[in-house]
Amino acid sequence: MTGFGVLLARDLKLAFREGGALGTALGFYLVVVAMLPLSLGPDLNLLARIAAGILWVALLLSALLSLPRLFEADHEDGVLELLAMAPLPLEAASGAKALAHWLSTGVPLTLLAPLLGLMLNLELSAYPVLVATMLAGTPAISFIGAIGAALTLRSRRGGLLIALLVLPLYIPTLIFGISAMEAAALGTGGAGPSFLILCAISLASLVLGPVAAAAALRLQLG
Amino acid sequence: MAGKQASRTGHFPRQQSMALVVENLTVRRGERTILAGLSLRADAGAALLLTGPNGAGKTTLIRAVAGLLPVAEGRIRLEGTDQDADLEVSERCHYVGHLNGIKPALTVSENALFWANYLGGTMDDVTAALDQFRLLELGPIRAGYLSAGQKRRLGLSRLLVARRPVWLMDEPAVSLDKASQGLLAEAANKHLANGGIVVAATHQPLGFAPAIEHALQRVDGAASRPAAAAP
Repeated sequence: MTGFGVLLARDLKLAFREGGALGTALGFYLVVVAMLPLSLGPDLNLLARIAAGILWVALLLSALLSLPRLFEADHEDGVLELLAMAPLPLEAASGAKALAHWLSTGVPLTLLAPLLGLMLNLELSAYPVLVATMLAGTPAISFIGAIGAALTLRSRRGGLLIALLVLPLYIPTLIFGISAMEAAALGTGGAGPSFLILCAISLASLVLGPVAAAAALRLQLG
Repeated sequence: MAGKQASRTGHFPRQQSMALVVENLTVRRGERTILAGLSLRADAGAALLLTGPNGAGKTTLIRAVAGLLPVAEGRIRLEGTDQDADLEVSERCHYVGHLNGIKPALTVSENALFWANYLGGTMDDVTAALDQFRLLELGPIRAGYLSAGQKRRLGLSRLLVARRPVWLMDEPAVSLDKASQGLLAEAANKHLANGGIVVAATHQPLGFAPAIEHALQRVDGAASRPAAAAP
């Protein structure tokens, strides 16, 4: 497993050294969330009601921004074909790259979400649930997204194609993330099961994503 | 008789009897057949230089051996190695293609260290590799700031950061100056003397010795005409 750790560490180092992808994602998240109250008007009750939905949808879109570069950069400089030849299976390499994407995109976005929640008059009691559901749900964004990134590796304007391929697959994460938050806010119970399903989706994508991404990458290299 | 013949990973036993054997290899790209029934053999200790006109399939052959292209027929195997572990031939190979496989945002030594760690080399290997290609003094510089020839040398240093019995090289001397070509030849000849296998596609003399040339021919007559005007 050393190769896995080495690749993960390299991708994290590149993500924070180049910085562009992370800054873009955080900035985009901020701008989208800031624009919605401007378009809806300063109705605090309305904003509080839709805050969870806005935060989730904007997070999905922001995380999507950096997905096209997930394999593209390595493909352009010839690293990807060398990764495909290495003793570490390409499945594990894809997993390492998706994990690095989650740590460098999903986690920072999740940490920004509570701050943006302030702008939307999100109820204070909802903050812990917001962070917990996003931490549990965002791995699916990276690991499902890796499949889309691998499939569109050699297509021009792959970014738009990724959105079309991958956004529908994010719907379960979105639904259960928001339903967990609403159930927690209303105190009706049912937050637990929704949260567990959210975790299950992420775990399943953790297993299936790298396998499917590696298969797609082999197809693209051949 | 498995298509993938195997051996222990990492520190390969240096055996004189090793050979890379290509049998009846056919590779197609889409509708076009690039290689048809090609058989050849690269013995340890002598470089196999692939020559031939553009489009003869030199790159295709090397990429097929590296496992980067699907093989339609035939097989590629490594003779004379331990057969206990089922490693792919490609895992026993270093591949130097047209791209250098380096990250511009990482420094020279970080690039070399990454490949050493990823491919199972040691810190000593990294120092030796950077020294061989005269990159030690460039260690702390970001690879993005290097000249084309220096980037090429950094790409080539991967050959030495982890040990692999087979070196596959596609036009390895591109953008190298005379002195750097000498460094490459020195590294390759040392590898050959240690019982390694070298397969290189080239249009220019590389200074590898001893070496055997193999001229590839274009498969389909139609393609052998000088590039027809595209519609």
